Amino acid sequence: MDAILKPRTAEEICDVVKWAAAEEQPLEVIGSGSKRSLGRPVQAAHVLDLSDYSGVEVYEPAELVLTVKAGTPIKEIEKLVDDNGQELSFEPMDYGPLLGQAKEEGTIGGLIGANVSGPRRIKAGAARDHILGLEAVSGRGEIFKSGGRVVKNVTGYDLPRGLCGAWGTLAVSSLITLKVNPKPETSATLVLEGLSDDDAISALCKAMRSSAEVSGAAHIPSQGHDAAKTLLRLEGFETSIAYRAQILSSLLADLGKVTRLNESETKATWDAIRNVDLFCGLSEPVWRISVAPTAGVQLSNELRNQIGAKVFFDWSGGLVWLMCPDGKVHDQEIRAAVHKAGGGHATLVRADAATRSSVDVFEPQPAPLAALSGRLKAQFDPNGILNPGRMTAGQ
Amino acid sequence: MSAIVMPEPDARVLSRRMEIVKALQAIVPGDGVIHDETAMRPYETDALTAYRQMPLIVVLPETVEQVAAVLRYCFENDVKVVPRGAGTSLSGGALPLADGVLLSMMKFNRVLDIDFENRAVVVQPGVTNLGITREVEHEGFYYAPDPSSQIACSIGGNIAENSGGVHCLKYGLTTNNVLGLEMVLMTGEVIRLGGKHLDSEGYDLLALMTGSEGLLGVVTEVTVRILQKPETARALLIGFPTSEEGGTCVADIIGAGIIPGGMEMMDKPAIHAAEDFVNAGYPRDVEALLIVELDGPEAEVGYLLERVAEIARKNNASHLRISESEEERMVFWAGRKAAFPAVGRISPDYLCMDGTIPRRELPKVLAGMRELSEKYGLRVANVFHAGDGNLHPLILYDANKPGELEACEAFGADILKLCVEVGGVLTGEHGVGIEKRDLMPEVFSEDDMKQQQRVKCAFDDKHLLNPGKVFPVLHRCAELGKMHVHKGQLPFPDIPRF
Repeated sequence: MDAILKPRTAEEICDVVKWAAAEEQPLEVIGSGSKRSLGRPVQAAHVLDLSDYSGVEVYEPAELVLTVKAGTPIKEIEKLVDDNGQELSFEPMDYGPLLGQAKEEGTIGGLIGANVSGPRRIKAGAARDHILGLEAVSGRGEIFKSGGRVVKNVTGYDLPRGLCGAWGTLAVSSLITLKVNPKPETSATLVLEGLSDDDAISALCKAMRSSAEVSGAAHIPSQGHDAAKTLLRLEGFETSIAYRAQILSSLLADLGKVTRLNESETKATWDAIRNVDLFCGLSEPVWRISVAPTAGVQLSNELRNQIGAKVFFDWSGGLVWLMCPDGKVHDQEIRAAVHKAGGGHATLVRADAATRSSVDVFEPQPAPLAALSGRLKAQFDPNGILNPGRMTAGQ
Repeated sequence: MSAIVMPEPDARVLSRRMEIVKALQAIVPGDGVIHDETAMRPYETDALTAYRQMPLIVVLPETVEQVAAVLRYCFENDVKVVPRGAGTSLSGGALPLADGVLLSMMKFNRVLDIDFENRAVVVQPGVTNLGITREVEHEGFYYAPDPSSQIACSIGGNIAENSGGVHCLKYGLTTNNVLGLEMVLMTGEVIRLGGKHLDSEGYDLLALMTGSEGLLGVVTEVTVRILQKPETARALLIGFPTSEEGGTCVADIIGAGIIPGGMEMMDKPAIHAAEDFVNAGYPRDVEALLIVELDGPEAEVGYLLERVAEIARKNNASHLRISESEEERMVFWAGRKAAFPAVGRISPDYLCMDGTIPRRELPKVLAGMRELSEKYGLRVANVFHAGDGNLHPLILYDANKPGELEACEAFGADILKLCVEVGGVLTGEHGVGIEKRDLMPEVFSEDDMKQQQRVKCAFDDKHLLNPGKVFPVLHRCAELGKMHVHKGQLPFPDIPRF
């Protein structure tokens, strides 16, 4: 019997998981399902759908803290905090369009499960850096809470952060408490055109080393007729941006003409980078590769030569978005290149289900680490009912 | 002396002491194994000095292989291990066990890699927090988390405690500034997490390790991110007739979209103690004193100083000064930084608490503390990381007066219960250790704590690494592993409460 189970209370989530644990019935845990095609396909007859467990529990702008139910749409949360002059400063990307789905469909539970971030990752961190507290249901069907509603808290292990990026394989989040931040007054982007990848990344690293407090550092190599663009974002108070733009302009003066984008151009530009617009609307495999910033160029050069890869860089060169134009996933070549780059990880973000079942979607781990991860999974979900196989085959 | 009860020492281990010494000497040659009582004495306590316990043996390995071999031997022989960095824990996290090997990591004191291009530094865990900044400051960089013990505390200990500091409101805690670790599990297996890249592959074990108080693994290498020093920093010294006005001012600053580099508050007893000690020029006729430090590009700092001054005036500030020079800024901070020793001058002993509360609850908590102060007949002075709600009440007592330590601890426990009651937590940055261990049920249910202990079981299923810390009741992993265990039916060993 296939069932979609849509609990409306934390108790109902518990009941579903308890039942599934007792009956050893695997569950696919989803919010809106916007990232359902990311990760290994889950073998589960039943879907635990949290989209009806939605809503803001507490929002205290003065305390910079927000508690929401796991099925709350991100769009709703972003609107709410924006209305109060605040934001989720980890700038979560929207995977929907890249994965061939609608825009702005994701829920906060999915965002935490995937530890989503965006270009501001280099300055403000990822979702994991902004979670303060969590209430969740383990694979045992037990509800537990960890963390709290305050920023500074070392009372017990940091389970909320530890569960970020677990893709729903350890527990089902029910309530999530996040730190929010004041929204910057304004923003601007400095653009350099026509730089080689090497020059571009070294310019980005140079800017990141300066006191200009850069909040976005990306490079888009030339595409057909379009010249390469190297982009640096500044955010904050108007007076401060003007001053910092000066610092950067003189720092980068010998690399060519520096042009400046205004606030609305800045927003559009970084939305496109954040949501990987360059690779949206296509179906070829896409990889998300995280390495040390200076290691990204060599890695991409090699993969261009070997597999004709198309790339662009975020995070000062440390995040390489890579598409395989020939339609093959090339996992061997990509993993070897990451290894050669001094380590990091590559995630197969876009590929058809058959491919995602047959190759490692996430970076494979050395044996002792894989064993430890397996033990952790068993401690949270001894019967293996939560999103089995999503991260690792057989787990 | 103390009410905190540690697990009963294992007589079989105690009787095999010399055999264990020999085995460890075979792993760590030379003077790396200490078993002479006098030489072990410095290790009997950490910065929670009310508690002392001689370890079974002290071992100071120098290589990862030695750490792995020591842990493997202890694992195979069921010997407990207490890891120790610089021994500056304020919660007893490094308190030895009578039947446990104390594993000091202080010979791991080398800086391995400074990578300015990638803004990352790789160090061994015994390098001090400030030592990292010293290595990179010639290029204008620093390591942001700045616990007040930063001159002495080790980065390995910072990982264990997820240390904070004055600047973490803007720049994050240890957990937000660590990129990678190499660590050894109790079994002797060596694993690496993260590196110079961002985000973890697989589960975020880095997050679980940071703040795990030495219960999950022994850190042997740390990669941290370093930041460019802000171009300038200036501070405002603001006095208020009431703590309520100080509290509203803090909320208004944040409400205006300003996140200061540091925002510290002191109450009247702390102001007076500090002023008597260092003559920082603090006003004595205010109930609350706020230091707001703004850092960043000069143009920004100048602009924000004006805005904060305006907010302060609107909140009825009775005293307002803006630092006009680096010297003056340092003087503003001098009193705050000397607050602990200043309180030490006016009392033979003091106990430093570490609760965190929602900021708006500050007046309520301060009022509650005044009542408790009368009830217990003990004075209390408060320093407060106002931006992030982390409160450090210093309770003044005299250990030589019979019953005062006990009264002080009961007072402290009541303060922490009050913090929890208003929606806060037991500890913001000092850790649970032994000090707050028995208060954990104030915050967490049985199920909450069991799930935490199951994490421990994944890393150390024999409970050999730093047992007796953090959790008031040690459940065996086999018990925790059973499914369908119903609440309240597990045996509850009779451990007295703090």
